[in-house]
Amino acid sequence: MQEAIQKTVQRTTIPFGPQHPVLPEPVHLKITVEDEIIKEVVPALGFVHRGLEKLIDIRDFHQMIQVVERVCGICSMIHAMCYVHGIEELMKIEVPPRAKYLRVIWSELHRIHSHLLWLGLFADSFGFESVFMQFWRIREKILNIDEATTGNRIIVSVNVVGGVRKDLSQDQMRWILDELDQIEQMTTQLESTLFEDYTVKKRTIGKGLLPSRQAVELGIVGPTLRASGVAQDMRQLGYAAFKELDFEPVTENNCDCWARCRVRYREVLQSIDLIRQAISKIPAGEINVKVKGRPQGEVITRVEQPRGELLYYIKANGSKNLDRLRIRTPTFANIPALFTMLPGMWLSDVPVIVLSIDPCISCTER
Amino acid sequence: MFKMTPTILKNFLTEKATRLYPFEIREPYAHVRGELVNNSETCNFCGICAAKCPSQCIKVDKKSATWECEPFECVYCGICVDACPQESLSQKELYRKPSAERQHIIIKGEIRPEKPDAPVA
Amino acid sequence: MLENVVSVSPDTLAGEIAKTKYEGFRFVTMTCVELDADTAEVIYHFDRDFTLKNFRLKAAKNADIPSISHIFMAAFLAENEIQDMFHLKFKGLIIDFNRTLYFDDNAQTAPLCRYTVSQIKSPEPESIQNSGDV
Repeated sequence: MQEAIQKTVQRTTIPFGPQHPVLPEPVHLKITVEDEIIKEVVPALGFVHRGLEKLIDIRDFHQMIQVVERVCGICSMIHAMCYVHGIEELMKIEVPPRAKYLRVIWSELHRIHSHLLWLGLFADSFGFESVFMQFWRIREKILNIDEATTGNRIIVSVNVVGGVRKDLSQDQMRWILDELDQIEQMTTQLESTLFEDYTVKKRTIGKGLLPSRQAVELGIVGPTLRASGVAQDMRQLGYAAFKELDFEPVTENNCDCWARCRVRYREVLQSIDLIRQAISKIPAGEINVKVKGRPQGEVITRVEQPRGELLYYIKANGSKNLDRLRIRTPTFANIPALFTMLPGMWLSDVPVIVLSIDPCISCTER
Repeated sequence: MFKMTPTILKNFLTEKATRLYPFEIREPYAHVRGELVNNSETCNFCGICAAKCPSQCIKVDKKSATWECEPFECVYCGICVDACPQESLSQKELYRKPSAERQHIIIKGEIRPEKPDAPVA
Repeated sequence: MLENVVSVSPDTLAGEIAKTKYEGFRFVTMTCVELDADTAEVIYHFDRDFTLKNFRLKAAKNADIPSISHIFMAAFLAENEIQDMFHLKFKGLIIDFNRTLYFDDNAQTAPLCRYTVSQIKSPEPESIQNSGDV
């Protein structure tokens, strides 16, 4: 009898990933469980490391734009924007105001489609596949806008040092506004399913708690942090044209998976509103300036990605190749959150909780 | 409980959200960056595209007047098209079809006699 | 053009970082930059109310650097990454992957170090631009 009791409390280590039906990207978690309750978790990375930071040795600083776009497929435009902000600051280039607004429009389009993708994957993680399909159908509209306005669907390659490569015509802007109306209407239709459904609430409310004090201590960023009630959004720095647009960081106070889902859902609507504002305020004029010379010095730029704060450290020595490029992606900062979220939860909640930080492992390992 | 029902019913009545892709191809949007083509008649083999290409998939040899491209290394960014001084490079509106074999494009032009005041790449 | 840069030495590092935490800063990340064949520079970035504060630490490549992961737990990933990429050693890491965060067990190279990689062929990092292919 005593032996039997001892057996029940014995610890077992269960490998989760790197290949798991719910994970969009490979991350490996060594989960130590006692019965079905998680006691400890250790992440292991290294499945998609590509060494993109090393490419500065053989690519010049203009070509690096296309390289950093490929750090992450979902938020490619925002990576490139962060990078060109850094180079522009080093070379003291003033970007034309119209280019700034165009950058805002495309970056917010990327935020919407990233969040819609996540909302779909999140629904899929607790087995709600019809919601997954609905969200991805809405996302298709954004991809079509990207394809029609920039030429490519996901890796849009619109940023160059000194501005943007493509302009939006009046017709295109009107079309974008029409499409956004439809996207807004289709997204709000799904609100009650996602937040009031009994099963969904059972799977998300109270799961993966991350109190705000711990979130700040662990350096958590982005929607994961805002779901813990901290109003921190790098767009408040006012890069590109964000200082001329009116917005408030979206926050929720529940600190759980439901709140993180809610923050991202509300950010979709916020981004739609931001694009409308940007289109209504966009000034006429040039979209890029001629660039001469080479960058020199070191700079840190930060922008808000769909997943949180993105940081680029650029060190240049005046030659055409950079000295050092450091990319800190938001998932890199959010992985420590799993140490607080997972212990104490059931093993069956792991997929939902892991997905709730929106892990982008390709970003993390670069 | 039945929050999705109106959406599902509507889905029965509206057209499909997906296409049977290889059989049914949507009209491409204007200015989509698809397959890269080089016009051998206008190309002067200056090599600017090869220098600018971020994926370094283009090789140009000015002496023998050859333009080579690894089409499956191309990332469809269109930097070379923007940079081409002769407007010889262009992109089709459709993407390149997948292939089981490696492809290599070589364009040979006629070797032009070098003019003393020819623009240097 | 970095703002609020404070130079620290390995001895004063832990004290400065602990003070920063007490002042309510959030750990952002760490950056390692190779300076020359023997030294590297580790920059610690902290943020409070959208203002960055940076600490610069000049470190010899063969000496141990004190880890700050017991103060800011989030630093363990960044420190492990620097161990992988620059072959530096952090002392007192709370979760030490021992250079296997990105690599296999027997990896010996330091990919982001230019001097160790290119010294045999050419001393100038510039000259390797054209020889490498991806």
